[in-house]
Parts: sequence; structure tokens; C-alpha cells
Amino acid sequence: MRDRFIHTLCQLAEKDPRIMLITGDLGFAVLDEYRRRFPKQFINAGVAEQNMTLVATGMALEGHIVFTYSIGNFPTLRCLEMIRNDSAYHRANVKVVSIGGGFSYGQLGISHHATEDLAIMRSLPDVTCVSPTSLGEVTAATKAVTFTPGTCFLRLDKDKGPDGPADEPFILGRPRRLRLGSDVAFFTTGGILSDVVKAADQLALTGISASIYAVHTIKPVEPDRFVEAARSHRAVVTVEEHTIHGGLGGLVLETLADAGAFPAKFLRIGLDGCFSSVVGTQGYLRTTYRMDAANIAQRTQSLLSTS
Amino acid sequence: METVDFAKRVRIHALHMTSTGGSSHVGAAFSIADILAVLYGKVMRHDPQQPLWSGRDRFILSKGHAGAAVYATLAEIGYFPIEQLKLHYQNGSALSGHVSHKGIPGVELSTGSLGHGLGVGAGMAKALKLAGQDQRVFVLLSDGECDEGTIWEAALFAQHHALDNLVAIVDYNKIQSLASIADTIALEPFRQKWESFNWSVVEADGHDHDSLFSALSSLPTVPERPTVIIAHTVKGKGVSFMENTVLWHYRTARGEEFNLALAELEKG
Repeated sequence: MRDRFIHTLCQLAEKDPRIMLITGDLGFAVLDEYRRRFPKQFINAGVAEQNMTLVATGMALEGHIVFTYSIGNFPTLRCLEMIRNDSAYHRANVKVVSIGGGFSYGQLGISHHATEDLAIMRSLPDVTCVSPTSLGEVTAATKAVTFTPGTCFLRLDKDKGPDGPADEPFILGRPRRLRLGSDVAFFTTGGILSDVVKAADQLALTGISASIYAVHTIKPVEPDRFVEAARSHRAVVTVEEHTIHGGLGGLVLETLADAGAFPAKFLRIGLDGCFSSVVGTQGYLRTTYRMDAANIAQRTQSLLSTS
Repeated sequence: METVDFAKRVRIHALHMTSTGGSSHVGAAFSIADILAVLYGKVMRHDPQQPLWSGRDRFILSKGHAGAAVYATLAEIGYFPIEQLKLHYQNGSALSGHVSHKGIPGVELSTGSLGHGLGVGAGMAKALKLAGQDQRVFVLLSDGECDEGTIWEAALFAQHHALDNLVAIVDYNKIQSLASIADTIALEPFRQKWESFNWSVVEADGHDHDSLFSALSSLPTVPERPTVIIAHTVKGKGVSFMENTVLWHYRTARGEEFNLALAELEKG
């Protein structure tokens, strides 16, 4: 996803000199093309993410569209107050890009697992939160955050799901329906879509028909597709490589409850209130924390079979 | 313009505002009144009739708790009616205790959490440089604020990018929230800290307008280096019983204390 992001940003920066990319001393090799082509639109702020965010805000207030770039929690949680008080409150065009959503950097340990960022970032007023599920969505999301006024958060993943049907365009705030079924509606965000698709395929073999929705925008959201799915399926299941508290699961529950659309059965799949202290690849950690395809399929089957 | 009387009026407004509102930080406001008067009265290029004029020098109050002094300065110099100062700290008012940009012409940045202003100012200065503009960015810091790591992150950034259009002014009254700087987190040798970060350092008497003007009138002080003015100040300056006390970081002047303070300020 990060390569697609940089490739798209290069296309945008070529046309728009207001675009500025500030990295917190990360992006070895990945940022090379951008640095080479746009040296005047690139700054390495060093290992100083909070100042990176402050500088970005100052430059944005002077007319730039500034992308801050780092890994996991560094551009988000570490800089939370700067994003809140400076970027968002002043509606500055600061676009916070975090590569390494969820367990993307699984082997590096807990410091590099971004498992609360969606919940925290979506609680901030005036911050658009985007978490693409596929490469096509990364392209569209990069353009969308560039041209959406104000502060945005773009969460990128190492993994990716399929792009899905072309007649489901990327519209900020509107989940894309990738598959239409009747028994269970999956809502997912980020690259874990890949496991959701596999789970849906496994469920199909047992006669369970699943819809899949890619919730690429966490904030703001249009409620229609959530409500429609809750009313037309036997169960709603959210899947996120993130804590189940306050992230996608919380978003879907809140949206449905506000609309008075209570699904018959509901399950949040994700990290259940613990630190992911196990070391391993993204896939290994998904299995460990019961959110890989097999677990998604098995837990959904159990949910549907309970009375 | 004449700035000594300007500073006196800022202090009187700040006393009224904090007393009416029942707010803290009158000592911090008095500490910077002279700096603000010299900046807005003599140094900065700005136009109260066009607060967002692109040619303006930028000012950020990073020590947002002294917001009353900035509001008073802006009102005195014509950004909004002096009458509005009465709304400070009142329910529904735009004039919050910590300085706010919302609905207040002339304020570039809302602050209140310390350690944010210098980094934002560095970003503004960098953008102005890239655009080939000659506007300066002035950021007023408190001394206690220099405990914040982000001040030094920004200090590193500014020198690396040769931001000689960035001027930090430290209100060095040597008292922070609970005790003196020396008894809390010692900053000395303070000048050398900034020098070792490759900043051009100028020390000034923060209540002597000639000293301040001299420090601020020939910028950049060293080409390709950011400047820090270490302004030696007295917390609570202008009211004898408020000067150099921790108490008046928080206390609100009421009744006889208010009358005595006002009499001292008016006498000058």
C-alpha cells in the first residue's frame, strides 16, 4: 500500500506545488522516487514526530498541503495533541499518513503495532479518517485526502484485499459493497479484507452466504449501507486488525443504534482488549488473535448457529 | 508609536479582565506586556484593518496562558473594540483564558498546551522562506515552557533549515508554576543551551523598551540563524506586591488588592 501511496503522491505533487511530504526519518528506499523528483517538496524532520506535526501545521497554515509520514503510532498517538490542538482545530491541511496499520510490523513488537489508532483518531473532531482495504482504494484515498480540506488520517497496511467490482466506486464516507449475500454481512477495514474474503469463500462451501463491505472511510460515514445490511442479513460481523473497542466495531454499533437498526446477531472480531505482545508475521498474529480467515469463518458459523 | 503608555494600558486591561473573570495568570500577563507593546507598536509589520494581510509578520503566543495580555494588545491597537475585553472568561465568550484564534482577528494560533508554538512557527517560517517572502515569525515562549522537549525539537529544526526569519522571545521571569525555575528544572546555563543549538542569542531587559527595540530592530541578528531573545523579566511586573511571586501566577486581584494594583499601574 505504501508504494501505491507514494506513486500516487508523485503524480499529485507533479501537478500541485503546494504538496509537501515530511517524513519522521523513515521511508528508506520507499521515498526515493519522490525525493529525487520533488526535492523542494520534501523535508526529513528527523526523529521528531511531534515537531514534524507542528511544522506541518505551520506550513499548512501558510498554504501547503502537507503529508506527515511515519510508521504505526508514531505520526498519530505520539503526536495526538498536536493533531488535535494545532492541525485539526485550525483546520490545517495536514494529512497524517501512517504506514503499518495493525500487525503490519508484527515481528518488531508492541511499539510497532497500531491497534488503537482508528478508535483514537476517529474521536477527534474535524479529522477525516481513511483506512483503505485494497490498492485501488489507496489510489483513490490518497487523492481524496489531498483534496478534502482540513486534517486527514490515512492508515496504510502491509496486506491488501482485492479491489472488488469496478461499479463500486470509492466515495469518501460510503462503504463499498464487494459481494452481496444474505446470511451474514461482513464490515471490514484495512488489508485484513484479504482474510475476510477467504472466510466468505469458506463459508460459501458450507452454504452460508456472505456480503462483504469495505469500510475504507472510518470518518465521516454515511449510515445507509450499515442500516440496509443490518436489516437484510441474519448477522453483522465486523473484522478489524485493531482493538474491538471504539474502532470499526464501535463505529458500526453506534451507527446502527443511532438509526434504530439492531441486527439480530452481532460480532466484533479484532483484538479483544489486550496488548499484542506475541511476536510474529502479520498472518501469524491474525491467527494468534483469532482474526484470520479460518477463525473468522468458524466464529461466524458459531454466531449463526446459536439461537 | 509610543509604547510605554501602550504597555501600561495593556496591564490595566489585563488586571480588569482577570479580576472580572476571576481568572489566573495576571502575573504572566504583566511579565510580557512590554514585549507585546514593542512588538506590535514598533517592530512588527501588521495591519489591524487587514488581520490576514499576506505581508504581515506572524506572531504566536506559545505561552497561551497569558492570553489576556494579547487580547488587550490587539484591542488597544485596533483589531477589535476594547469594549469586547469585558467578555474575557465569560460564558459564551470567544476570549478564552488561553489564547484562541476562533472569532478573534489578529490571533494566528490557538495555544494553551505548552511547547507547540515554536514548531508551528518554524513551519510558517520555512514556508515563507520557500515562497521567497521576507515576513518574520515571532514566537513568545515562557521559561517554564522550555522544559518541554518539543521546544528543543523545533530549535534543532529551525537551525538546520537556517530559519533566520524565526525569532523566539523567552519571557525569562525565572518563576514557573510551583516554584522558581532554579528549584524546579534548572535551565541555566540558558544562553549557552541556545548557542549550542546554533541559535543567535540576544539578551535584553524585557521591561526596558529601548533594550527590547534594540534587540528586535535589526533582524536577522545573524544571517541564516534563528534568533532567540532572552528577555529578562519580572513576573507580575508593575504591581509591587505581585512582583516575583509564585502566588500571583494564580491569584485573582479582588477588592482592596484590585484597587491597590490599579493605583500602582495608573501611577506607572
